[in-house]
Amino acid sequence: MRRTFWQSIATPVITTVLYFVVFGGAIGSRMQHVGGVGYGAFIVPGLIMLTLLTQSIGNASIAIYFPIFTKTVYEILSAPLSAMETVFAYVAAAATKSVLLALIILGTATFFTPLHILHPGWMVAFMLLTAVAFSLFGFIIGIWAQNFEQLAIVPALVVTPLTFLGGAFYSIDMLPQPWRTVNLLNPVVYLVSGFRWSFYGTGDVAVGLSLAFTGLFVAVCLALIWWIFHTGYRLKP
Amino acid sequence: MQPIISVSALLKTYKSGLIALDHVDLAIERQEIFALLGPNGAGKTTLISVICGTVGMSSGQVLVDGHDIVRDYRAARALIGLVLQEISLDIFATVWNTVSFSRGLFGCWPDPAYIERLLRDLSLWEKRDQRVIELSGGMKRRVMIAKALSHEPKILFLDEPTAGVDVNLRRDMWALVRRLRDMGVTIILTTHYIEEAEEMADRIGVIAQGRILLVEDTAALMRKFGRRQLTLVLQHPLAALPVELEPWNVELDQEGQVLTYGFDANAESTGISALLRRMGELGIDFKDLDTSRSSLEDIFVSLVDGAS
Repeated sequence: MRRTFWQSIATPVITTVLYFVVFGGAIGSRMQHVGGVGYGAFIVPGLIMLTLLTQSIGNASIAIYFPIFTKTVYEILSAPLSAMETVFAYVAAAATKSVLLALIILGTATFFTPLHILHPGWMVAFMLLTAVAFSLFGFIIGIWAQNFEQLAIVPALVVTPLTFLGGAFYSIDMLPQPWRTVNLLNPVVYLVSGFRWSFYGTGDVAVGLSLAFTGLFVAVCLALIWWIFHTGYRLKP
Repeated sequence: MQPIISVSALLKTYKSGLIALDHVDLAIERQEIFALLGPNGAGKTTLISVICGTVGMSSGQVLVDGHDIVRDYRAARALIGLVLQEISLDIFATVWNTVSFSRGLFGCWPDPAYIERLLRDLSLWEKRDQRVIELSGGMKRRVMIAKALSHEPKILFLDEPTAGVDVNLRRDMWALVRRLRDMGVTIILTTHYIEEAEEMADRIGVIAQGRILLVEDTAALMRKFGRRQLTLVLQHPLAALPVELEPWNVELDQEGQVLTYGFDANAESTGISALLRRMGELGIDFKDLDTSRSSLEDIFVSLVDGAS
């Protein structure tokens, strides 16, 4: 229990506090308002998204990679469980943890900046949808990875850059062309934008588009997972 | 009564092209101890893995107590407990937690009294709050068995249960297997030790190169292949085999130092005493003697030769 507390909860909270001190306090105080809100408040949705993405992928990928690595996965495969139940268990566990963290970070943020959430229902919906989508993605990475390096490479080389470029700390309107247009290919833009819309009613792209894009991502991940269980890829020779 | 497991025309081809199981047909009777014998790479583990659901099959059918393992996998798997050859455990979990977790995974309600009895039976009770990583190899294997038995399975698979296990644990394991059988559990174990199969099993199936070569009652198989050999190390080397010993078909090694005599242990008269008497009369002394049973390797050689 104590181990879980320190590793899983205290660490991201401390990291987030650091972000607020540096970006919200030190730099943000010197910046003009973005999209009608103070910079400190502006980065809150982005920071939560950053945690949701990295935590969901990390939790889900290690959760399935480790049993495969230590071969204890045999027990899951030989248990009277359907593929859907197995995926549900892993994804729900990973998503629950990252949503809890996101809520803790949201709570921490209120100490640093005044927050007003315009559409709380949508905020929770975006949170859940993002957590599920990226836990599914993490589950796929965990099965695909053949060693610890590969397990770390996708989050480090793909997800973190996309999140930073995806408008976690700025509005993509601030980017010069052609980067602004190029960035529209970045899926994280739609997530952050939709999530920020649920807070402040404005986003870089239309909220419907954000939802559709996240839904599409979930569908693609589900299709891949269906294929994994159908062919037995790396799970079942 | 229908067999508890029936395997028909089971084919398993791995992606590498290796045919691990080549149209296997096998029926396991209720409440028997069945030993699957075979050399390394014969397909023993693959056969078990397919039945338990950890490896997919290419074609064929497996019924577990009448349930098809593909269409009706829930009912089939709920009946089975599996102990792998390799120790694969969540090393950070405590003994109690990992065994209780297995029970839940197989859809059984928690039953602390049953888990306690199980851990006591396996001499794990004292270790229940220790993490798996702190246990010795033998204890870890006991945990594997406890996990497999946690959901009170009707069928228990033991893949090489005594490979690398000390005498105590082996004896405990054999006692446990017999007790389980008396309680109505069917046990299928794989081994490449013929003594183990002979000691434990009601029936023996021999598998090589993915094919079941024969299935037979243990007693019948031992009779069939119960050739034994008497080896005599001579006090003084012989230049040639004396004519008087020829009726026994004994063989003399090249140095003239070792005499070997093959006999059928189940025959009415083995001819050993007559041979030794005759040697005494001839003044051939020996300083050491040894008898050995035909090994599993010999059985394979004769079976595979017979098949081809």
